[in-house]
Amino acid sequence: MLRDMIAWAAAHGHDLEQAAGRHLSLSLTALGAAILLALPLALALVRRPSLAGSAIGAVNVLRTIPSLALLVAMLPLLGTGFVPAAVALTLYGLPAILLNTYTALREVDPDIVEAGLGQGMTERQLMRRIKLPLALPVIFAGIRTAAVQIVSAATLAAFIGGGGLGELITAGMGTLDMPQLVLGGLAVAALAVATEIGFALAERGVRRTVGSAA
Amino acid sequence: MIRLEQVSKTFPGAARPAVDRLDLEVPAGKTCVLIGPSGCGKTTTMRIVNRLIEPDAGRIVVGGEDVTRADPVQLRRRIGYVIQQVGLFPHMTIAQNVATVPQLLGWPAERIKPRVAEMLTLVGLEPAQFLDRHPRHLSGGQRQRVGVARALAADPPVMLMDEPFGAVDPIVRANLQAEFGAILRQLAKTVIFVTHDIDEAIRMGDLVAIMKDGRLVQCAPPEQLLSAPANAFVADFVGADRALKRLALASAGDIAAPGEAPAGAPTVAAATSLRDVLSILLAAGADAAWVAGSGVVTMAAIRTRAALKV
Ligand SMILES: Nc1ncnc2c1ncn2[C@@H]1O[C@H](COP(=O)(O)OP(=O)(O)OP(=O)(O)O)[C@@H](O)[C@H]1O
Ligand SMILES: [Mg+2]
Repeated sequence: MLRDMIAWAAAHGHDLEQAAGRHLSLSLTALGAAILLALPLALALVRRPSLAGSAIGAVNVLRTIPSLALLVAMLPLLGTGFVPAAVALTLYGLPAILLNTYTALREVDPDIVEAGLGQGMTERQLMRRIKLPLALPVIFAGIRTAAVQIVSAATLAAFIGGGGLGELITAGMGTLDMPQLVLGGLAVAALAVATEIGFALAERGVRRTVGSAA
Repeated sequence: MIRLEQVSKTFPGAARPAVDRLDLEVPAGKTCVLIGPSGCGKTTTMRIVNRLIEPDAGRIVVGGEDVTRADPVQLRRRIGYVIQQVGLFPHMTIAQNVATVPQLLGWPAERIKPRVAEMLTLVGLEPAQFLDRHPRHLSGGQRQRVGVARALAADPPVMLMDEPFGAVDPIVRANLQAEFGAILRQLAKTVIFVTHDIDEAIRMGDLVAIMKDGRLVQCAPPEQLLSAPANAFVADFVGADRALKRLALASAGDIAAPGEAPAGAPTVAAATSLRDVLSILLAAGADAAWVAGSGVVTMAAIRTRAALKV
């Protein structure tokens, strides 16, 4: 089996490389978009508590939708290919970042907020100098969760023609090509674990530079 | 100078005002200590002065200027504020914490740096040792010192200090009181200082204002508060030992008179507080004590002093 897999990888090295590359670019695009959407949205919600309740409720509903359902839901709207897959994965990763950011910003120690305002900081300065830095470790943890979710769910993008390592698996399934199938699965697992470890290390770095609220 | 005129604040949903038609005047360069039971409105009063809370009614004047409608952000940069829970920024170094207001005011870096070192020295912290540390690596007492240094950094004429020595043990507390009392007087700051501790109030205050249920009950110099409490609440608040507290405010040298003490009478230093002299006389069973270099203090003189109306 192992020999078969090595043989397959040797013969199809280019396919494997391409699938992995596509998997990564799909995941990175979705993660980047999720961050770019979630951060300003969380900031806006913190400033408008009246909207926050319903918005957080909606995000919580979004969170319960399975990744496959989100991907398939894109078919009638955007068709097949990279873009609908990236949109679905963005929506899939969004809640973790949004909820963590919102909660972390809301839960900054009120005494520290009082001290900042009392020294004469504007709301903007308070956000930039105090709240964001203090919330950063938790925001980063949200990004890590989203990254792992997206990398795993990107496997299913193959179902709507989004490409990625999932393609090896679906193709292997179709032709009952065991080495290809298993290799695809292992590659996805390795990528998810590498993402988790990479972000965990980076997160520790963030925590160390920012310092914990003692 | 800080003046509050008929200031009231009722929080939404509260049954009674947190601050109720409060009049208070603190002359320039003086320290007024606000004291009263928990929940009587001390913190609310302070937060009204720097407009973290908007009063429902009344006027606030700081340094001759009506600030009731002033820009709160600019106002706060002119008022040093030490909060009840210290509130240092945990992700910043001590130097960055102390530099907060100068930075907000746009001071150039070459002016901020020496100022931060100067402030740390002033509050008794060796700059070289503390500048680059984070608040979590400081003791409670050291954090309180940094909190005061941060409030003083931009040299505001007015200081609001909400239980600045709340979180430290009695010995550190006594040291901080003595040190900061001297610093505030030397810098001629106009201060509102909140405490729960009547002894601290008497030690730190040029004026002591006693509050109850949002209202001012009595505002007077410590001597007067102890000798002529306005009502039973104040008398009870200052304590059954208020005569002893008054004696603690004066020293043997203050009332020493020429005369003779009986053989075997104890001798005390001129700086000894009258409260301690009384204790020494009681312990020795004597009626008078020699005061080194300035005569004698008699039991009768102490009694007169304790009962004196101011
Ligand atoms: N932001 C707020 N919203 C609603 N009620 C408040 C608020 N701040 C204070 N209060 C209420 O106003 C009253 C006065 O509170 P304040 O904090 O001024 O008391 P305090 O004299 O400083 O008490 P302590 O000695 O315990 O610090 C209390 O009944 C308190 O519950
Ligand atoms: Mg208080």
